[in-house]
Amino acid sequence: MALIYLDHLSGTPLHPRVKEAMIHCIQNVFGNPVSDHQVGQRAAALLERAREQVAALINADPGEIVFESCGTESVNHAIKGVALGLREKGRRIITSNIEHKSVLNSLRTLRLLDYQVTSLDVDASGLVDPAQVEKAITPDTILVSIMLANNEIGTIEPIADIATICKKHKVLFHTDAVDAVGVIPVDVKELGVDLLSLAANQFYGPPGVGALYIKKGTPVWPLLDGGAQENKRRAGTENLYGIVGLGVAAEVAKEEIPQRLPRIRRLRDRLRDGLVARIPEIIINGHPTQCLPHLLSVSIKYIEGESLMLMLDEEGIEVATRSACASGSLRASHVLIATGMDFATAQGTLLFSLGRDTTEAEIDRVLEVMPPIVQTLREMSPLYKKAQ
Amino acid sequence: MAYSEIVMDHFKNPRNVGEIPDADGIGEVGNPVCGDMMNVYIKVKDNVIEDVKFKTFGCGAAIAVSSMITTLAKGKTLEEAMKITNRDVAEALGGLPKNKLHCSNLGADALHAAIKNYLDRKAGKIPDLAKDREEHIKGAGEGGCYCPYCHKETLEEAPFCLFCGAEIPHEHDH
Repeated sequence: MALIYLDHLSGTPLHPRVKEAMIHCIQNVFGNPVSDHQVGQRAAALLERAREQVAALINADPGEIVFESCGTESVNHAIKGVALGLREKGRRIITSNIEHKSVLNSLRTLRLLDYQVTSLDVDASGLVDPAQVEKAITPDTILVSIMLANNEIGTIEPIADIATICKKHKVLFHTDAVDAVGVIPVDVKELGVDLLSLAANQFYGPPGVGALYIKKGTPVWPLLDGGAQENKRRAGTENLYGIVGLGVAAEVAKEEIPQRLPRIRRLRDRLRDGLVARIPEIIINGHPTQCLPHLLSVSIKYIEGESLMLMLDEEGIEVATRSACASGSLRASHVLIATGMDFATAQGTLLFSLGRDTTEAEIDRVLEVMPPIVQTLREMSPLYKKAQ
Repeated sequence: MAYSEIVMDHFKNPRNVGEIPDADGIGEVGNPVCGDMMNVYIKVKDNVIEDVKFKTFGCGAAIAVSSMITTLAKGKTLEEAMKITNRDVAEALGGLPKNKLHCSNLGADALHAAIKNYLDRKAGKIPDLAKDREEHIKGAGEGGCYCPYCHKETLEEAPFCLFCGAEIPHEHDH
């Protein structure tokens, strides 16, 4: 049975061109880009080529791109780096209640070091209100960190509006764009952000490599201390093979996004409308229009997501119950709770994320297989009985 | 996290699903905040559990646990059934992932609640299912910030117990 993979948020397969470039690099290149001899300089040239490719994807200058070991490291670097860089200026950081764990847990650590965190509520669709950001800014605020697109419900935040406010109050602004870059067009100049995190495994690049955009002149202290790699922004020998993969993935994304987008959105809508038509009492999470095109989060009343996910897996359909980074947790999604959903309903959540290889036939197979499984689980549920 | 073959078998083919409309005892434990709710219905004849069924809202482990407790309890005397522990259920299932041991392993609790409900009814007491359920939830969540493995106090912010290294369960995991 061919597997139907609808969990691209937890990791995408390598694009054939990415795979080819990485294999070529592994077979032909070694050495350390910091070495001044020919072997080292060949590696350095590939590193810089990748930097240009990533910069081009988000309309940055190559000198503003720092390679990191993953999206999480990029986020940690941005938040802790600004906290350290501006520690004399202030100690307050503003964020939202629906951020990725890399943001929330970076802030958890900073709280131990006497930084203060203001975490903003979101509305029922997961939107942060820019006016609330402005209200929360105090004289000792040094950073605002709001995600570009939410990784559990797909809602796209008003980043450009928040950036304008931050600029007005001279507060730095980081956006965790891990789930958006390479999926939808992202332009750091249009957005007006100071820092932006991205990761290769969201757009057909390899896992274990990410990048942080640091606008020229932004005071960010290094997260990893050591040598002079990455223009002294991030010490440690670069993951050259991974970075080459990230570079090609960025180049391919820039080329393919215009074609990928409408196709994937149409398939996602087909899945959404099909599930709504076939399964009663199903809730579509996130913003109806301002949302990622490849993500669909549904909450199915009276049943629990993991049992549904396991039963779909038995049918060869691979989905998530929530963000992969949070899947060790048994608690209902903090994102859904923040949007005002009750715990029981939030537990019945499934997260579909489509990819460039997803086909209409695969979507139709899900629409055929899933409703009877939902019914079986509902028949088993004490909540279902009570609701009737 | 991976489930044992026995867990997957009981999850995919759960035994004794359903309700007993004229049950002699009903046990309800768990709460949807944790992600698991379990109802157990028993029919008692001559001090023996003649029939037992369950309804569960929960993850794969919770459904497998429910199925297993019903197979373990069927045909047992009430005294024997009261001796079945949550640990027995987990062992009969070939083990459960560590993070599921606390929340999803409610089978014996649900069975014991059903037996208590039966005995209360027999004694002429009016059973209060809502109160029983409440007590169960309170008992499960008690204590605040201590490590459940080495029992040392721990920082609320700590991602794991800094003393013994054990993962701190979901009450703190957000």
